[in-house]
Amino acid sequence: MHGHGRALVLSLRRNVEMHKYITRRILQFIPMLFLVTVLVFALAKAAPGDPLTGERLDPNIDPEVYEIRREALGLNDPLPVQYWNWLSSVATGDFGKSLQYTGRTVMELIQARIWNTFYLSLFALGVTLAIAIPIGIYSANRKYSLFDYGATTFAFLGLATPNFFAGLLAIYVFSLTLGWFPAQGTTTAMSLTGFELFIDKLRHLVLPGFTLGLASTAAYMRYMRTEILEVKGSDFIRTARAKGLSNESVLYKHTLRNALIPIITLLGLEFGTLLSGAIITERVFNYPGLGTLFLNAIQNRDYPVIMAINLILAVTILIGNLLADIFYAIVDPRIRYD
Amino acid sequence: MESNAHRNIDPNPELSDQQPEKSLSPFQLAMRRFLRNKLAIVGIFILIFFVLIAIFADVIATHSPTASNMYKVEAKADSENWLGTDSSGRDNFSRLVHGSRISLTIGFFAMLFTVVIGVTLGSLAGYYGGKVDGFIMRITDLMLILPFLLLVLTIIAILEKINITIFITIIAFTSWPTLTRLIRATFLSLKEKEYILGARSIGASDFRIIFKHFLPNAVGPIIVNATLMMATMIIIESALSFIGFGIPQPTPTWGNMITEGNSLRMLQNNWEAWLPPGLAILLTVLAINFIGDGLRDAFDPKSNQ
Repeated sequence: MHGHGRALVLSLRRNVEMHKYITRRILQFIPMLFLVTVLVFALAKAAPGDPLTGERLDPNIDPEVYEIRREALGLNDPLPVQYWNWLSSVATGDFGKSLQYTGRTVMELIQARIWNTFYLSLFALGVTLAIAIPIGIYSANRKYSLFDYGATTFAFLGLATPNFFAGLLAIYVFSLTLGWFPAQGTTTAMSLTGFELFIDKLRHLVLPGFTLGLASTAAYMRYMRTEILEVKGSDFIRTARAKGLSNESVLYKHTLRNALIPIITLLGLEFGTLLSGAIITERVFNYPGLGTLFLNAIQNRDYPVIMAINLILAVTILIGNLLADIFYAIVDPRIRYD
Repeated sequence: MESNAHRNIDPNPELSDQQPEKSLSPFQLAMRRFLRNKLAIVGIFILIFFVLIAIFADVIATHSPTASNMYKVEAKADSENWLGTDSSGRDNFSRLVHGSRISLTIGFFAMLFTVVIGVTLGSLAGYYGGKVDGFIMRITDLMLILPFLLLVLTIIAILEKINITIFITIIAFTSWPTLTRLIRATFLSLKEKEYILGARSIGASDFRIIFKHFLPNAVGPIIVNATLMMATMIIIESALSFIGFGIPQPTPTWGNMITEGNSLRMLQNNWEAWLPPGLAILLTVLAINFIGDGLRDAFDPKSNQ
């Protein structure tokens, strides 16, 4: 009875500490968000030209007209005022107009492509987890076996192959030589509908998806292996074995659960890697996503598009990190809140 | 009794050769462990091979790497052009050989510059703590949030003109945060050690404490990270050159050579143009990773599983 009460008090104290930690973590998120917007704004200001650069090329318009319009757009205001105006329009999803595609808003361009990048990243993430986790577990359980050496070799090659070169090899082998999968774009024909369209889109995702997932697959495989070996050597596993639990029970109930916690946390930090990788992968496969849009914008110095993508991705990553930390605090009771 | 005790002490100084051997320093021990690592030795040989090619590029190359022969474009391999020619009629073999020079140079200097920035900021943050630490760490967090490639490309777009020096500077100014964090963490763990307190109490200057006491302790992690970072730098250079925002043509780098594979026609018919530079990058990066992993195991034997 007494012991039970003590355990309850301890668990309550833990709970309070955890909530304190999560609150503090959210409070830290706000200044970071502010700094990110300041950085992106600074980059936008450092970029040559202004929203009127595209129109200025027209020789029929009096330069004085531009001055009046600059004034009207607030481009002559002090920087903090400009920052505030920019921030309030960005918060409502208004990133201004593209310099390159005249008359189209940045938001339209992004909305047309963001889902493609989302599907590609999701596919790559799925591939990574579906391959890396089972192989990592199997490697750890058969340490120094032929399989383990094979997996290690694959991991070394996967980490040493640049993304774009892996993509070209994949196109060369699986598309041009074997003809199994399409090499470019998202669909073969516009006329497809329903299930056929879904399968077609999926087939288009295979090569870029595996290419984008290659490096993380290699990394996670190694990580999973190390993690399992580490957990296996810990005291509570020895206790479980001493109690006479079966190998399966020890592996699935005790080892895996504990080894997966850091892996899932890493996934929160994976956004950045995936999104950076998508820039290159999309270029290789001519895949119409945010990456292609971004490179296109860089090539044509379409600064509003560049800054919008920077901001959207940075905020996504910031949220990903926050969720990973909160998740970690909830699932791992051993975490120290400092 | 007393006389017995005296007999036990040997007053004869000639027995000094029986003293234990001079013990090895931690650094020497690490090097000894490193040299026993077979993969790391393989890595060293591969790297030396590419470095020699880079040094003797002028002797090995059969053509000028930038001269184009417009009468012979996209040619297959023959006795004149050992790996054929690219879409501008330049000799692929000579470009591959000269490419090693640019790729390795950029990889090395980008790494060196990053290490200088990373170690400096990490030392300042870890040693002084307080406001200095807070300021440097906020910038570090900020830099780590924006995806590296995105930031580099944005800066390239803002600057408009790119040459090798600017390129290396951009890379270094965007990739120091991880190393800075590492150095700071190492410094923080050493800060409370008694010998640091001892050094301080006899009046050693900050500069002396950082260089004589902190940095030698961080030398293992710095070397390991610098090595692995060079591999990353080579990949980054090749990726940026591949998408057309790195070193501009006609200067040959392995990355911008692979650009030839961008057209499906070249990809299918002229493997000579894109496969060798790709394999060269892969081999170099693999070799450097082997060396880096070997160094990590050597400096931190506990990490070896």
